Amino acid sequence: MSTNRMVSTTINGEDMALIIDDRMTLLDALRDRAGLTGTKEGCLSGDCGACSVIMNDRVVDSCLVMAAEAEGAAIVTVEGLADGTELHPLQRRFLEQAALQCGICTPGFLVTAKSLLDRNNNPSAAEIRLWLAGNLCRCTGYDKIIRAVEGASADLRAAKG
Amino acid sequence: MEQHEAQKNEYNIIGTRPIRHDGEDKVTGRAQYGADISFPDQLYGKVLRSPHAHARILSIDTSKALAMPGVRAVTTAEDLPRLKDRMVAGEAGAENIRYVTERVLASDKALFEGHPIAAVAATDPWIAEEAVKAIEVKYEVLTAVTEVRDAMKDDTPPLHGELTTETLGEKSKKATNIVRHTRHKRGDPDKGFAEADLVIEREFETKTVHQGYIEPHNATALYRSDGQITLWTSTQAPFWVRRDLAELFDIPLSRIKVVPMEIGGGFGGKIAVYLEPLAILLSKKSGRPVKMIMTREEVFYASGPASGTVTRIKIGVKKDGTITAATAWMAYEAGAFPSNWAMVGSMCVLACYRLENLQIDAYDVLTNTSKVMAYRAPSSPQAMFGVESIIDEIAIKLDMDPLELRLKNAVQEGDRRADGPKFHRIGLKETIRAAMESEHYKSPLPSGANRSRGVASGFWFNAGMQSSATVGINMDGTANVTTGSVDIGGSRASMAIMAAEALGLTAEQVRPIVADTDSIGYTDVTGGSRTTFATGYAVYEACQDVIRQLKTRVAKLWDVQEDKVEWGDGAFHHVDNGKSPMSVGDLGPKLEATGGPVMGHGTVNPKGVGAGFGIHIADIEVDPDTGKVTILRYTAVQDVGQAIHPAYVEGQMQGGATQGIGWALNEEYIRDAEGRMLNPGFLDYRVPTALDVPDIETILVEVPNPGHPYGVRGVGETPIVPPMGTIHNAIARAIGLRMRSLPMSPPKVLHEILQRGQTVEAAAPVTS
Amino acid sequence: MKPLEYHAPTSLDEAISILKAEGSQAAALSGGTDLIIQNRARPLDLAHMVDIKRIPELNVLEYDAKNGLRLGAAVPCYKVAEYEPIVRLYPALAEGAELIGSIQIQSRATVGGNICNGSPAADTICALIVLSAICAIRGPDGNRDVPAVDFMVGPGETALKPGEILVEMRLPPPPAQSSNAYLRFIPRNEMDIAVVCAAANITMDDKGVTCTAATVAIGAVGPTPILVQAAGAVLTGAKLDAAAIAKAAKAASAAARPIDDHRGTVEFRTHVAGVLTRRTVELAAQRIKEDAK
Repeated sequence: MSTNRMVSTTINGEDMALIIDDRMTLLDALRDRAGLTGTKEGCLSGDCGACSVIMNDRVVDSCLVMAAEAEGAAIVTVEGLADGTELHPLQRRFLEQAALQCGICTPGFLVTAKSLLDRNNNPSAAEIRLWLAGNLCRCTGYDKIIRAVEGASADLRAAKG
Repeated sequence: MEQHEAQKNEYNIIGTRPIRHDGEDKVTGRAQYGADISFPDQLYGKVLRSPHAHARILSIDTSKALAMPGVRAVTTAEDLPRLKDRMVAGEAGAENIRYVTERVLASDKALFEGHPIAAVAATDPWIAEEAVKAIEVKYEVLTAVTEVRDAMKDDTPPLHGELTTETLGEKSKKATNIVRHTRHKRGDPDKGFAEADLVIEREFETKTVHQGYIEPHNATALYRSDGQITLWTSTQAPFWVRRDLAELFDIPLSRIKVVPMEIGGGFGGKIAVYLEPLAILLSKKSGRPVKMIMTREEVFYASGPASGTVTRIKIGVKKDGTITAATAWMAYEAGAFPSNWAMVGSMCVLACYRLENLQIDAYDVLTNTSKVMAYRAPSSPQAMFGVESIIDEIAIKLDMDPLELRLKNAVQEGDRRADGPKFHRIGLKETIRAAMESEHYKSPLPSGANRSRGVASGFWFNAGMQSSATVGINMDGTANVTTGSVDIGGSRASMAIMAAEALGLTAEQVRPIVADTDSIGYTDVTGGSRTTFATGYAVYEACQDVIRQLKTRVAKLWDVQEDKVEWGDGAFHHVDNGKSPMSVGDLGPKLEATGGPVMGHGTVNPKGVGAGFGIHIADIEVDPDTGKVTILRYTAVQDVGQAIHPAYVEGQMQGGATQGIGWALNEEYIRDAEGRMLNPGFLDYRVPTALDVPDIETILVEVPNPGHPYGVRGVGETPIVPPMGTIHNAIARAIGLRMRSLPMSPPKVLHEILQRGQTVEAAAPVTS
Repeated sequence: MKPLEYHAPTSLDEAISILKAEGSQAAALSGGTDLIIQNRARPLDLAHMVDIKRIPELNVLEYDAKNGLRLGAAVPCYKVAEYEPIVRLYPALAEGAELIGSIQIQSRATVGGNICNGSPAADTICALIVLSAICAIRGPDGNRDVPAVDFMVGPGETALKPGEILVEMRLPPPPAQSSNAYLRFIPRNEMDIAVVCAAANITMDDKGVTCTAATVAIGAVGPTPILVQAAGAVLTGAKLDAAAIAKAAKAASAAARPIDDHRGTVEFRTHVAGVLTRRTVELAAQRIKEDAK
C-alpha cells in the first residue's frame, strides 16, 4: 500500500493541510490537491521551469520537490502574485508588453521573475536573462519577456520612491 | 520601430496595442489549458508504446493488466473499426484512413519508436503506469531505417509492403519507401546553366527537429450512454479533430463535440489526433471520463516532428548576378506513414527568385520515425537553407552585396512561383530594401576575430481556408465576437481589434470568444498563418452583416429610406446630414424596440492570400577552439501586410527567429543504430534559453494585402525560415567554413575547423 | 510507479538504519534534482526515499584558516556559490556549484548529491579533486574518509557502500599564492550537462613567477573524472607561459578517454579537454595575480 499523509503548508499566505500520496511531487499536490492549476507541467525533469514556485523564498521546480517535503514550508504560486484585483507589476507588464503568446510558460516566468525582483529590484538585462534561463519559452523569443521584467523592476523602484 | 512604405494609417484601432482579452486569465493562472480540466470520477489513461522503431507485433496479452485492482479499461487496435482504403482530408493533403487508424494504434507492425500498442485507464495514474508495464507484447524486431538516404535505397525493405511510388501522378509497380516524386519544370535548365558565368552545386542535410511546444499533448474524453462524445483537448484545430475522430470511428460529426481548451503552443504539431481516440475508446469501455497527458518523452517519440532532409541545389548566374537557371533535388523524411512534406518544400525552395529555367524533383520518403507533421512554415526552412547558402557563396564569388544580389533576382507581383502560381502583390523587394537601409545592416561589421555578418531570405505561402464568425450586439452597444479559431498567440485580441475597427468600437468594447465545435460554424485550423487573415475576414464579414441590419434599424428610427443612411467613420450618417450620427453604442439600447437582437454572421473561404517574405540579419562570433557560435546581434525584417496588433506581430517574428536559431545551432533528433532517440527531453533536445539569443530587433514592412479588407497577410511562419541560412552565411563569412549540415552544433563546427587545420581563411566582408 | 514512502529523519543514525534496512529499495534524497527524475523516467522503483536535509551534520557550512572548509552534503548549491570564503578561496567550487542547472535547480541541488549521483560530468567533482577534498562518510560500520579523487568509481557508481551516507566534504585551507578555477563546455549557455569540464588549482612561488604546485582534473571524458598528473607535472616548476600551458593542455587531451554520445564526440571532447585545461590554468593564474594586487 502506498503511503498517504497530511502535509501542512502555507500556500500563498493561507495555511493548508493537504492529503497526499508519498509518490506525489509538490507540482502534483498543488494541481491535484490544492486545485491550483496555474502551475504548469512541461517536462517533469527541471528543464523547462513551467512548474516554478517559490518555496521558502527560493524559486524551485515543483516537479522536482516531493510533496512531503513541503511540510512546514511557505509556498508562493502564480495565483499568489496579485493582491486582490491589483495585479503584480510583473503581471501588468507582461500584459502591456505582449510578453506572452500561448501563455503556458507565463506562470513559471512570472514566479521566477518575482523571485529575482524580490532580491534585486534593479537587475541588468543580462542578469534577467541568466535568472530566467531555467524557464523555456517557445513562443516569444524572450525579447518581450525581458522588456516586461525590466519594466516591472522600474515600476517597483518607482513605487518604493 | 522602423516603418516602410510609410502609409497614412487610416485606421482607428488597427495598428494599436491593446491588452489582450485573455491576458488576465493567463497571468493569474486561471486560464484553463487541457491538463487543467478535471472531473470527480475521471480515470487516468496511459499508453503502452513500442520500444522498437520497427517490429512485427506477434501477440498482445492484456489479461494481467486488466486484472489489476483499479484498472477499468484496456484498449488495443482491435477496438478501432478496420476501415477500407479511403482517402480522407489530412493535414497537408489527403491521407488514407487506414494509415490514420494504424498510426493511432498499431495492429500488425510497430513502425516507429513510441508507436501506441495499447492504452489503459485506471483510477490513478500510478496504477495506469503499472498496468501498462503488465501488458505483454511479443515482437519480432525488424531492421529500422530512419535516414532518408537509407530508406531510398533499392535494397531497403519497404515499411508498408503494399505501398508503391507515385511518380508525377503515375503509380509504379514495385513496393518502395518513396511515397511520391513531385516535379516542377520550366524552361531549359541545361541551356540556362550553359549561359551562366558561374554555376554552384552543393548538397545539404538537415536533421529531424521538433516544434518543442512547452505544453505536452492532452485529451480528456467522455463517451455518454447515448453515444455522444465530448472531448476536451489542447488542439490547433478542433474541427479537424472532430473530423478525424468521425472518420476513425466511422460515426457522424454531430456525435462529437470538441471543446478547445487553452493551448500551450503548437507550431503545427497540435493538429493531428494522438491521445484523443485512445481517451474516447477508454471512456467508452469504462463509462467514465478519461484524462490523458503525454510525458515530454512521449511528445518527442510519438508526436509529429519536422522532416530530416537531404537536398542538392544548383544555381547558375551571369557575372552581373542574374540567375540563369536553378535545379533542386530534395528528399524529405515522411515518417512511418505517407505524407506530402517534400511536395510542399518543392513549392517553397526557389520561391524568392525569378527564374526562367528551373527543375525541382522532390521525394517523400517513408522512415521508421513518427509521422512528420507541420512545423511553422512546414518544409520551407529545410528547402531554402541550401538555396540561401549558395546565393551567399555566389555573392562572395561575384563580389556583390548579398542583399543586392537577392534584390536583383527577387520575385514581385506577376512573377510565377517555381511550381506555377502567379504571385499577387508581394513585398519581397520592399523587405530587401528595408533590410539594406536598416541601422543594423548599415552599421560596421562586428569587430574582432572570427566575427561576421550573414543574411538570408525566407518565404511562406500563408493560407486562406474556411472560417466562421458571429458578432452579437449587446443592449449597451458593446459586442461579442465568436469564432472557431483557437487562440494560440493573441488572436482573440486581433479579432476584437478588427471587429472594433469595423463597428466603430474600442477594442475593449468587444469580447472575443473561442467556441466549441457545437457552437460555431466550421472553421479550419489555427495554423498556416491564416487565422488573422481568414477568421479575421469572417469577423469583418459578420460585422458588415451587423452594419446592414443596423442600417435598417437606423432607417426605421429616422423614418427614412435605407438609402438615406450611410455608414462611415464608425457611425451611421444621414446622407443629407438631416440627423445626428448614430453609433453602434447609440443603437444598442434601441434594438429591442426596433425589432429585437442583432447578430451578424460571416463565413468565408477567401482566395486572396498574400505570401510573406522576410530577410534576417545576424552578427555572430565563432569560438575557434570549441566551434561554439554566439549571436551578437539579430534583426528580422518582414513584409507583414497590415499589422493588426503590432506587438504580437513583433512577437511572432521574434519567436519564429528564435526557433530558427535553435534549429540552426543545436536542435536535432539524435538516434542510435536501432533508430531509438537518445535525447527525448529538454535537457538534450536543446531549445534556446533566454541566454542563447540576443534581443531580436524587428522591422515591420507593411505592404497591405489587397486580398483582405484590412490588408492582412499572415505573419507567424515566415520568420522561422531565414535563420538557418542567415547564421550559416555568417559563420562562413566569419571563419570561411560552409557548414552544409544542420544543426551547426559545436562538435560539427569544431570538426570542420580541425579538419581544415588551424588556419582561418580571410573573412569576406558582407557590406561594401 | 510503485508505492513509495517518504522519510525525513533528523539524525544520521536514523537515516543510516533506514537505508541499511531497505537496501536497494531505498535512496537518500538530498536536492532531488537527479533522484526524483531517475525514479520517474528511469525507474529505480524505490520504495523509500530518505530525505537527509533535516540532519544537522549535513547542513554544516563553515570555514576557518586553520582547518579549511567543511561543506555539509545537503547544503544547496546557491549557498555554496554565495558563501564568501568559497567565492574567495575556492572559486573553482563556487563555479562548479553555480553552474549546476538553473536558478531553480540551484535552490535544491547540493554538492553532495552532485557527486553521489556518480556522473563523470558532475560540475563539482573536478573542483573537489583539484582542491584535495576529503569526503567524510558515515555508515553502519562507522566513519571513513575517501579522497574526492577516489569517490567516483564508475559511471553512476561511487565509493558509498549500502547504508552509507556522505556527510560532508572537507577542503584544506589553500596555500598562499594559490588559486583555482573550473570551466565546462556546454552547447547552450545554460541548462546543459557538461560535454567536457576541467578544473585547475595553481600555486606560485612568493614572487609569482614560478609555479610550485599544480593540479588539473578533467571530467566527462571517461567513466570517472580524471586527475591529469602529467598536466600538473609539466606546470610544476615552470613559468606559466604559453608553452608550458600548451604542454599541460596537450597532456589533458592525451589523458582523456572519452566516448561518442549524444552530447559530444571523441574528437570534440579530446580537443576541448585541452582547451579548457588551458583556460582554467590561465584563469587560476590570473586570479593569483589579481589577489596579489
